[in-house]
Amino acid sequence: MDVNNVLGPSQQFIQGDKACVYGALLAGCRFFAGYPITPATEIAEEMSRLLPRLGGTYLQMEDEIASIAAIIGASWTGTKTMTATSGPGFSLMQENIGYAIMTETPCVIVNVQRGGPSTGQPTIPSQGDVMQARFGSHGDYEIITLCPSSVQQTLEQMIRAFNLAEKYRTPVILLTDAAIGHMRERITIPANPLVVTRDYVDIDYNDYKPFRTGYLHATKIPEFAPFGSKYNTYVTGLTHNDDGHPITDDWNVHAKLIKRITSKLTDNMEDIYDIDTRYTDYAEIAVVSYGISARPALEAVYMAQRLGRDVAYINLTTLWPFNYEYFSELSKRVDKIVVVEMNIGSIYHCVREATSGRCDVVLVSSLGGRVSTPKDIWEEIK
Amino acid sequence: MISNTELDEKYLRKGMMPSILCAGCGNGIVLNATLRAIDKLGMDIDNMVFVSGIGCSSRLNGYIKADALHATHGRAIAFATGIKAANPDLDVVVFTGDGDCAGIGGNHLLHGIRRNIGITVITINNYTYGMTGGQFSPTTPQTSRSTTSPFGTIEHPFDLSRIVVSAGAPYVARWTVAHPVQLQKAIRKGLDKKGFSFIEVLSPCPTSYWRRNKVYSLESVYQWYKDNTVSLTKADDHPEKITIGEFYDGEKAEWTELWKSLVGQVRV
Repeated sequence: MDVNNVLGPSQQFIQGDKACVYGALLAGCRFFAGYPITPATEIAEEMSRLLPRLGGTYLQMEDEIASIAAIIGASWTGTKTMTATSGPGFSLMQENIGYAIMTETPCVIVNVQRGGPSTGQPTIPSQGDVMQARFGSHGDYEIITLCPSSVQQTLEQMIRAFNLAEKYRTPVILLTDAAIGHMRERITIPANPLVVTRDYVDIDYNDYKPFRTGYLHATKIPEFAPFGSKYNTYVTGLTHNDDGHPITDDWNVHAKLIKRITSKLTDNMEDIYDIDTRYTDYAEIAVVSYGISARPALEAVYMAQRLGRDVAYINLTTLWPFNYEYFSELSKRVDKIVVVEMNIGSIYHCVREATSGRCDVVLVSSLGGRVSTPKDIWEEIK
Repeated sequence: MISNTELDEKYLRKGMMPSILCAGCGNGIVLNATLRAIDKLGMDIDNMVFVSGIGCSSRLNGYIKADALHATHGRAIAFATGIKAANPDLDVVVFTGDGDCAGIGGNHLLHGIRRNIGITVITINNYTYGMTGGQFSPTTPQTSRSTTSPFGTIEHPFDLSRIVVSAGAPYVARWTVAHPVQLQKAIRKGLDKKGFSFIEVLSPCPTSYWRRNKVYSLESVYQWYKDNTVSLTKADDHPEKITIGEFYDGEKAEWTELWKSLVGQVRV
């Protein structure tokens, strides 16, 4: 049966975590492996209910390390796969996120952020994992991270997360938080969303090199041969050549591989970088935010607009890769950028780096689950 | 019987040769026994996936011309679980070692067994972390010397096969590389088993383990395996020796079959 029929009415009043599942299933996800953790558990619960109805697979693993291992393994059978967790589990997943990067395995990892470090505030939202999403695994890499600020956006960004994972053969992180994950809002389920599936190879078995690119298109993304398709692919996290064979002592092979798997993303920022901007044309001040923090930011911008002030709203629905060029250009047009985030300053530092002192950059930070109020933000733009 | 040359021609990934393994390493014997078992069963190598973790034993799947996934340290069984669950038609084999399987990956081993996911796990137990130069492992015999137990290890080792039996795996066998015929038969039975099958192989690491314990000839090592092991039937008379043989051969509902039946009931 069609996914939309299983999901039910096209308009529903549901939690962000549930919308995350809806988006994944609409995108074609048919495999989930996870481990219970607040505030992401509802994603596993909903997956365990819906996946068998769609003929998919739900696996409850023994920990988060096994969960991401299982989804990477499953992805190599040609299945669209995901896991969902929160801070402590996200920390455990870091090594295998690097494995998915190195082996160019499409998969989606949802982190419903809670207060940290450590066990922190399990039921309380935070945006403390922004830098971990970018740099959490060891070694040099780039990663796509998306961030929704409503329940509807959670559904939409999940579809986009799968599409980008498939298109670029890379893990994609959806960074949401306990507030968006547990919040209930009305959503509209799209009838026929755009769904992208990875390119499968179709050439002579003997000619195939699993990490050579350009068989079908001139891209930096190798075409995929799933396990069981007779291509005899060897997948390793070791530095490898186009054949997939380990070559660990030649700097040239390593440099070539790392440059390809990072630039396959950074070369395509126009496609990957999708952000929600309003009133940017004549702005003197720009309010930059994302996730739950973007909601009071929008309210503050509305307040300013009502008072005739030229204040722009920039919601980073794509957090990583960071678009330095966009903020460099922005800094030439505005006097001040106000960054609103629920951490001690993450994106704030990137904005400062990109703007190189050409405009003021201030941080409106909140911690402990407190969401900045429109008034807090207004103090910086009035 | 297929000759070694024919076996090489049929199954080995030539581009990966020469292997990284040391002279006297037992891993080649395990690979040989595995390929012979596959050949004898007439299995389709293109329908098989060989999964491994990190360590010397985990390099074996790179030498087979088949789909293979060389995973992160300790996680081979978790990766293999995902592969098997997503495509139950594939025959999934895990190569792992004592450090990979019983140390860092111990929990995945227990839960793979509990779930009874239909994979075959071949654990090459050489009593050491060989790839990193010979540190004591969870199976290193007490008092053994290693680079991190220069005065002899004080720790009690795991009896891996007995743990696997206790955890409920439907097929468990332990042999040594000095028993290649029995080993090949055990791997064959393991590959044929629907559920989680476990074959432990005691295998020498002359470079990192035996050299540090002052055994310098391979002949002496093989003699040690023969002298210090005892078959299951005579195990009670020799409690000081390592038991070898088929520990368990039973039936238990396999995970992907149970899942398939659940999906059959609820699928819309």
